[in-house]
Amino acid sequence: MGKFSKAGGREMPELNTSSLPDLVFAFLFFIMMVTTMREVTLKVVFKSPQATELQKLEKKSLVTFIYIGQPVQEFRSKMGTETRLQLNDQFAEISEIQDYIAQEKSSMKEEDQPFMTVSIKADQETKMGIITDVKQALREAYALKISYSATQAAAR
Amino acid sequence: MGKRKTPGINGSSSADIAFMLLIFFLITTSMDTDKGLARRLPPPVDKETEKPIVDIKKRNLMTVLINTQNQILCDGEYIELSQLRVKVKEFVENAYNDENKPERVEEDIDLFGKMMVTKHHVISLMNDRGTEYQAYIDVQNELAKAYNELRDDVSRKKFNKLFEELDERQQKAVMQIYPQKISEAEPKNYGGR
Repeated sequence: MGKFSKAGGREMPELNTSSLPDLVFAFLFFIMMVTTMREVTLKVVFKSPQATELQKLEKKSLVTFIYIGQPVQEFRSKMGTETRLQLNDQFAEISEIQDYIAQEKSSMKEEDQPFMTVSIKADQETKMGIITDVKQALREAYALKISYSATQAAAR
Repeated sequence: MGKRKTPGINGSSSADIAFMLLIFFLITTSMDTDKGLARRLPPPVDKETEKPIVDIKKRNLMTVLINTQNQILCDGEYIELSQLRVKVKEFVENAYNDENKPERVEEDIDLFGKMMVTKHHVISLMNDRGTEYQAYIDVQNELAKAYNELRDDVSRKKFNKLFEELDERQQKAVMQIYPQKISEAEPKNYGGR
């Protein structure tokens, strides 16, 4: 059975890789479509509460985020473990929310402004006090559409 | 002079370049789709102008309180979270025209015709400053679930479909039968600071 013998020193034909870039580019575009840029670095840790009746947030460009939780480990020595809120890239006070919302609103197109949604991303162990304060501030700022961010829980 | 051929550009490294771009995007982007419970806040009340006193008949109102220990008080009764949904459904539907449940008003509804609707009902949700966020979300979730189940029921009866599968006009009609009326009360400070 000479067919299977190694005699002859045949070489493996080289794999044609000329279409590899196209493949990778196609994959790249897919990733660019389905993902969004991470805009902020989180300075608070939060674990979203769980719920079952969730609605998807429609348009990402119309959504503003408010993060509420304990500061991450590296800031704890400075600020303790008190629950804080984060707007954009920095810690903020409740009183700053109105300015922040106004600023976000003005950066939107005028016809989109009524559809602006504020997503509250808070830790599940946060006390309602701070969230009530945030809600009041949002009311004052006329940002009335809100969404309590949560993760899908298994149906009970 | 004959025509000279331009030498072909070596494209073997374009795969590497594409890979680098790919890895860059994989790192800087996130895929998580954001989900949540959508709610609408009431517009702010002016401090100067007098507060409009909205008179709500007692039978149309259901109060849900959550205290610091995350316990739920519904219409003066201590209940478990799992009971809340059934209570809310009974309250909103009022199938047997109970005197202590919201009044049923005749309403002309698109696609359905005349229906008896409890459109004046209000669920008032109040919480303590010390309530845990998860408990609050749990209650909000149960309320949403109660409404969703009622809407599903009526859509299944009429259109043989779930509420989500209906078209826009049908959804609007169903939402008119069971309007979601959750009022989050003005925060009050009891004692202390």
